[in-house]
Order: sequence, then structure tokens, then C-alpha cells
Amino acid sequence: MKLIAPIFQVTLLFCAFFLISATPAKAPAGYVIGDVAEDFRLRNVDGRFVSLADYKDPKGFLVVFTCNHCPYAQLYEQRIIDLHNKYAPRGIQVIAINPNSPAIVPEDSFEEMRIRARQKKYPFAYLFDEEQKVFPRFGASRTPHVYLLDSELKVRYIGAIDDNPEVPSGAKKRYAEDAMDAVLRGEMPFPNYTRAVGCTIKKKP
Amino acid sequence: MKPVIPMRFRPICLIIAILALTTPASVAQNYVVFDSIHQLQSYIEREKDATLVINFWATWCKPCVEELPIFEELNRMYDDQDLKIILVSLDFKSQLERKFVPFLKSKSLESDVVLLADQDVDTWIPMFDDMWDGALPATLVLNGKQRIFVTGEFSSVEELKKVVESLKAETPRFRSPVTCGSKLAGQ
Repeated sequence: MKLIAPIFQVTLLFCAFFLISATPAKAPAGYVIGDVAEDFRLRNVDGRFVSLADYKDPKGFLVVFTCNHCPYAQLYEQRIIDLHNKYAPRGIQVIAINPNSPAIVPEDSFEEMRIRARQKKYPFAYLFDEEQKVFPRFGASRTPHVYLLDSELKVRYIGAIDDNPEVPSGAKKRYAEDAMDAVLRGEMPFPNYTRAVGCTIKKKP
Repeated sequence: MKPVIPMRFRPICLIIAILALTTPASVAQNYVVFDSIHQLQSYIEREKDATLVINFWATWCKPCVEELPIFEELNRMYDDQDLKIILVSLDFKSQLERKFVPFLKSKSLESDVVLLADQDVDTWIPMFDDMWDGALPATLVLNGKQRIFVTGEFSSVEELKKVVESLKAETPRFRSPVTCGSKLAGQ
């Protein structure tokens, strides 16, 4: 017994720090890779309501949960614009969704979204998940948090845009771009799930 | 009238006063920068005789900053050998001097502060909890083999203390690795 205990201790330590990283990655809740995303109808900054079904013959959608206030979302803002400008002509639109409750973060109100979209000339739809029902369905937990859907709205990639929040040119892995290229080629993206630092989505109490 | 400080001690007092005013190290917040997750792992290893509260935060994260006094208050409630708090900041290393150090100075935190600059977040995030996807704040409480991972902020020190005490209450001497394996499989 005296000999076994330390062995177990070492094993447990090993479990705690290393085995976890080897287990298959999955989102805490919401969609997993391969699920078909349910369409939604949310208000855009131009006042109109937008659904995925409004887009004709899409090759896919890059659904980006983002917001005004989060410094990490701000760091990625230009990259989200660039991704849309690069991939919309190829059939993959960016659909940005602000999931935060303005009751918690006033900077993320619909009016502030309109101001920011205008100032930064967002070329994509910037929708407000006012009732906070869409982001839990996806399983989004932070901003920014991206979900790549293919033409059948099947979830093909979940996670980060790239691996360098601070310096765009310093990114070694451009996860979202690689995933979109794969989907356009009719292939399965790899990796299809990544984790990244971000701001927690602010839920209404 | 007799002077409060005798004449012969006055030069010493003066030196002490000058030192106190000119050496910021004595008042500045101590922190360490870890470029690799392995450095943080060894740090945690060294401290693991105590109950560990590892909080992931950043100066840019508003709820994280609001929550810091809760960890400080908890720190004051326990003996250092009994409970250790490690505040792991995910601020950018490039903003160390401009943002991070001034922030620490303004807060004068008593808990240990670590700036974790390991960029390979996709690899190290799941080492703390495989359900955690990187949203801040997040807190891991470790007590021997027991662990509780909490995402989101604590609203009060009582809430945090409850989590700590629930772990301290269960101090099994022995847990089979089967439990560990099934826990992993169940997640």
C-alpha cells in the first residue's frame, strides 16, 4: 500500500496536467462539429432583421460573436473586416453577432453598435442577440468566438480567428482562414476546434 | 525639551527615510513573468501543500479587475501555509511597463501575481480544465487531488470561500486513478 499510494499520486498528477490536453476537445455546451445550425432572425445595425436564409446560394457563413467593448474583440475587429472582404466574394459571409446584455455593458447597446458599425464601416451584418437566445444555442462563451458553417449550415470550425491576438502579422496559425479555405475546397478543416482568451459574454442576470 | 530622536541616531534615521522614499522595490508589487506554461506548472507544484486558488485575469478585463478585491480579502482570511492565491494575468508582455506594472502599483496586491506570456493558449488552456475555452475570468481551486474550476466572476468573498471550504472539507488520502479516468471520460 505504501508503495502504491505514491504511484497513484503521480498518476493523478499526470492526469491533472497532461491527460486532459489529450482528450478530444469539445465545446462546453451548444453546437459541436457536424451539427446543423438552426437559423435565427436578429436585428441588424441598419434596422432590418437578418436570417441566414436571406443569403442566396451561400458557400458558408463565418458567424462571429463579437462586441464593442471587449479589448480582444477590438484587437480582432480589422481582421474580421478583412476576412469578410476576402471571403464574401467567394461565398462565405461574415455574420457578426453581439451577444452581450447592455444592462451589464452599456457600450454594447444597439445604439452603440450602430455607431461603431458606422465609424468602422462594417461591410458585414452586425446583429444584436437582444434576447440572448442565439449565443447559448451556439455555445458561445466569449468575444470574439467564431463558428464556421458550410453551405448546409453544418458547423465546421469553432474557436479563434488566429493564434496571435496582439500582432496580426505575427500569427503562425490562421485558423479561421484555413478552415474557410478547407470548406471552399469541400474538405474538413483541421483543427476544427481551438481555444482562445477572450471576454466572457455578459448575460442578463 | 528632550529631542524625540537622540542626535546620534538622526543620520541613521535620515538614511532610512531616504531609502524608504527612493527604493520602489520595497513598496512595489512583486510579480513574475513566465514565458512558458511549464514555469507556471512548476510554480504550482512547489506550492501544492497549501490549498491553491489560481485566478486567471487581465487588466483589460473589467469583471476580473472588479473581482480582485475578493481574492485579496480571501488571502487575508487564511494563513499563508494554508491557502495560497496566484493571480495569473494574461496581459500582453509588450504592455508590461506601460500598463501592467502601473496597474499593480495602483492596486498594491498582496497575493502572488504571475504574468503568463505563453502564446500557445490553445495548448495550455485545457491543462487547467478541458471545459474551459479561454473566457475570462476563470478560477481553479486545488486542494491536493481535489479541484473545482469556476468560469465567470465571484460576486462575494463568501461565495469564493464556500468553494474553497467545500474542497478543504473533503481531504481524502487516497483516490484511485479510475476516478480520475472516469472524470476525464465524463467531460
